[in-house]
Amino acid sequence: MLIAALGLPLLGGVLVSMQSQSPNTRDICSLVTAVLLFLLVLGFYPSVLAGNNPTLVLAEPIAGLGLKLTVEPLGLLFATVASGLWILTTIYGVGYMRGNSESNQTRFFFCFAISIAAAIGIAFAGNLLTLFVFYEMLTLATYPLVTHKGNADARRGGRTYLGILLVTSIGFFLFATLWTYAITGTLDFREGGILSGHVGPGTAMILLTMFAFGTGKAALMPFHRWLPAAMVAPTPVSALLHAVAVVKAGVFTILKISVYIFGVDFIAETGAGTIVMWAAAFTLTAASFVALTKDNLKARLAYSTVGQLSYVIVGAMLANAAGIIGATMQIAMHAMGKITLFFCAGAIYVATHKTEISQLDGLGHKMPFTFAAFFIGSLSIIGLPPMGGAWSKWFLLMGSADAGQWVLIGLLLLSSLLNIAYLLPIVGRGFFRPLPADDAAHASANTIQEAPLNCVVPLCVTATGCVALFAFGGAIYDYLLLLFPKT
Amino acid sequence: MIEQLPAIVLLLPLLAAPICSMIHNGDYAWYLAAASCWLAAAAAVGLMAQVWGGHTISYHMGGWPPPWGIELVIDELSALVVILVTVFAALVISALRESLRPKMRKHRHSLYYAAYLLCVASLIGITVTGDAFNVFVFLEISSLSTYALIARGRDRRALIASFRYLVMGTIGATFILISIGFMYMVTGTLNMADLAERLPALSDNRVVQASFAFFTVGVALKVAIFPLHLWLPNAYAYAPKATTAFLAATATKVSLYVLIRFLFDVYGLEFSFQQMRIDLLLIPLSIAGILIASLTAIFQTDAKKLLAWSSVGQLGYMVLGVALLNTAGLTAAIAHMFNHAMIKAGLFLALAAMIYRVSSSRLDDLAGIGRQMPLTMAAFTVLGLGLIGVPLTAGFVSKWYLISGALDKGWVPLAAMLIGSSLMALIYIGKIIDVAYFKPCKPEHAEVREISPTILIPCWVFALMSIYFGIDTRLTAGVAGRVAESLLGISS
Repeated sequence: MLIAALGLPLLGGVLVSMQSQSPNTRDICSLVTAVLLFLLVLGFYPSVLAGNNPTLVLAEPIAGLGLKLTVEPLGLLFATVASGLWILTTIYGVGYMRGNSESNQTRFFFCFAISIAAAIGIAFAGNLLTLFVFYEMLTLATYPLVTHKGNADARRGGRTYLGILLVTSIGFFLFATLWTYAITGTLDFREGGILSGHVGPGTAMILLTMFAFGTGKAALMPFHRWLPAAMVAPTPVSALLHAVAVVKAGVFTILKISVYIFGVDFIAETGAGTIVMWAAAFTLTAASFVALTKDNLKARLAYSTVGQLSYVIVGAMLANAAGIIGATMQIAMHAMGKITLFFCAGAIYVATHKTEISQLDGLGHKMPFTFAAFFIGSLSIIGLPPMGGAWSKWFLLMGSADAGQWVLIGLLLLSSLLNIAYLLPIVGRGFFRPLPADDAAHASANTIQEAPLNCVVPLCVTATGCVALFAFGGAIYDYLLLLFPKT
Repeated sequence: MIEQLPAIVLLLPLLAAPICSMIHNGDYAWYLAAASCWLAAAAAVGLMAQVWGGHTISYHMGGWPPPWGIELVIDELSALVVILVTVFAALVISALRESLRPKMRKHRHSLYYAAYLLCVASLIGITVTGDAFNVFVFLEISSLSTYALIARGRDRRALIASFRYLVMGTIGATFILISIGFMYMVTGTLNMADLAERLPALSDNRVVQASFAFFTVGVALKVAIFPLHLWLPNAYAYAPKATTAFLAATATKVSLYVLIRFLFDVYGLEFSFQQMRIDLLLIPLSIAGILIASLTAIFQTDAKKLLAWSSVGQLGYMVLGVALLNTAGLTAAIAHMFNHAMIKAGLFLALAAMIYRVSSSRLDDLAGIGRQMPLTMAAFTVLGLGLIGVPLTAGFVSKWYLISGALDKGWVPLAAMLIGSSLMALIYIGKIIDVAYFKPCKPEHAEVREISPTILIPCWVFALMSIYFGIDTRLTAGVAGRVAESLLGISS
């Protein structure tokens, strides 16, 4: 079953690439694969809830160190988020790509499928080596997506994207991995971590810092530049990058390393996470300020993502139950919220070809569903009830309080205020400002209507999802307690 | 038949070479040469099957027992090197005919194939022989045929490059001959197994120590260990297109094999590393070589020279792995010998295909070639990722072992330096890929088309092999690990 979870998107990708002549069959292929994968991932829940960890060794390139897949609660949650959102992104992607009549659609959906396979690989990785392998695979598979437009801008963005992600991962992440291997002789993800008892606080801090900065996908400043640079990509790709796979893979990696390589208790005892925590705290504040200054809608959302990711890192570094639970929830909640916002940005672009926030005046009346969804997504990102995002922010604050980090609480609250300041005015412009007065704009504005159904339905679904996640907060909390068998 | 394999693998190319030179028609000569290379490759695989798991074959040439007759000795290490030489030589020669066509008059082709086969035969000879003097003889044959191969390059600079290599190579060979002479003086034998028995008792003998010094310098010249690498970049850059692929894959690797064989087996671990402290010499030199060569590669404007400098750096990895003197390091050295040979041969071959079309290896002239020759460039990219050491490629496995070897010794800064040098590889390979895919094509190259399958298929075989050996490492790291343990005297 594990091999199926990994092979299915790959197979889907191959099928997709063979159907370049008939777009309809091809897109149905993508969709069916996505749904099957989601069901397959859901199928793991009974056995994981029963306390099992299905394991599979794929190959053993290095003696005693195989490519190993293991299903555990954290990874399963990430796989659920990624595969579930993939369905919606596929539907949306079909609408968007056709609406804009983009070229090379087959290559696009092929790379998309490969990316998802890599994300599933990251989610179920049984040791650090496997994680690293799929992490690099994800980087390489998303590169053609980022440069999809093929113009000079796209190439420059792609170069930044590839450069930062490869350099950090080889320079820091691989190094830290090898170092860990040399110290402990294993790279398996184990409950309670593998480093405890092998290294002192100093080395632990160096290692954790290298892991965190080496995970370039987590966009910790100063390695966040690739994320705004990747904004040149088509919107479904941005959704993939921001919500479904890439950045989530990054923070998930950090989370998994904190829990299963270092161990929560070990981080708490040694204070190994101090540097990373403050770097993340700085990132989430600074990114919010930068977001305020951006007029391009996607750029603003990109910086918002940079900030929101650091919430997860902060949660992981707090090293207590509430922090970890908050961080894990933040992965799911932010995914749902941010994908809504990106779907909306894409829908606006498809319908009006507008990219700047200052051009959005009065569009809310023309595209009520889109802007309503945007509003809901914003509330979730900010962390206000009754949206899913409220839970993650709540647990993160509790975690900070447990750890006695009062400055941190202040920063988190400040950042939430900034979130309000940079997200809600967008909705405000849409609903409360009149349409621009000059004639030409007015004439064209009259023809504006909602984007194609393929675009609008997914964003309504995800917006509903934001609300639904609030209701399911308790269930997710209970599920995540699996991570802490003793407490 | 099976027990004659050690002789067959050696004699096939050796006998085919003179026949080739007598065939006037270049095409027929090519058929013969390619067939003999592929048969030798099959024989090499058969040899590996026989020694698999750590066995050793001793073959007495003509039925004369050593020390009077010539002994061929095959163990897993030499079988691996023979596979390396024969398989990669066969792949390259399959592509060679197409790449020679426009440049050379047809009746010259047969002579060229003869030189190529001689080179293959002598490299196999170096690897399988159990006799120190034979090592020298085959080394000379290989050097002479290599000079001829390089001198056939595209312009007159090839002659100078070849001549410089000739001067350096002759000095190296002379040193090796002196060293072997010294050994014979004090021990009265040339058989490597006998030498290994008698030398430890003479470890305080000045003559033995002098022979060790001569030997090390002589072989270091052949391996192109920094700072004795100066012949290599030009020799590679000006050699005829596909030939570079063959030379880069085999010549230096076989010399490195000789170095390992003599340091560990003939002189012995204790003498080489504990008494003479050769590691104190090799480690700083290899580190300097890695850094300086990688840095030089970054600043090259000619793709062929760039890859040649990268070879110098990669050889540094292998020497460093040997000098680390632990299982992981030695495993890395031996596995990287194979992996790098495969990757670099593929890269040079893909580059040769591009040069075939645009008649230049300058980076400016390769601009935009990724769009015109997408399949070739895709193979190049896959191989390039292998050179950088991206996971799931062969290069990753050997680098992993090498860095583990450094960390096993507790040398964290060295490990960091190795990571840094991987990033340098990322830069210089990235430079070529960037130019090929993202720069606009020159107008005079607008007509460039994809290369013919005879060159393209071998390129892709190399590319797919580099992925295959990144996942299934029984042949590379598996054998290398067993060999490393037996060389270091660790019983598994």
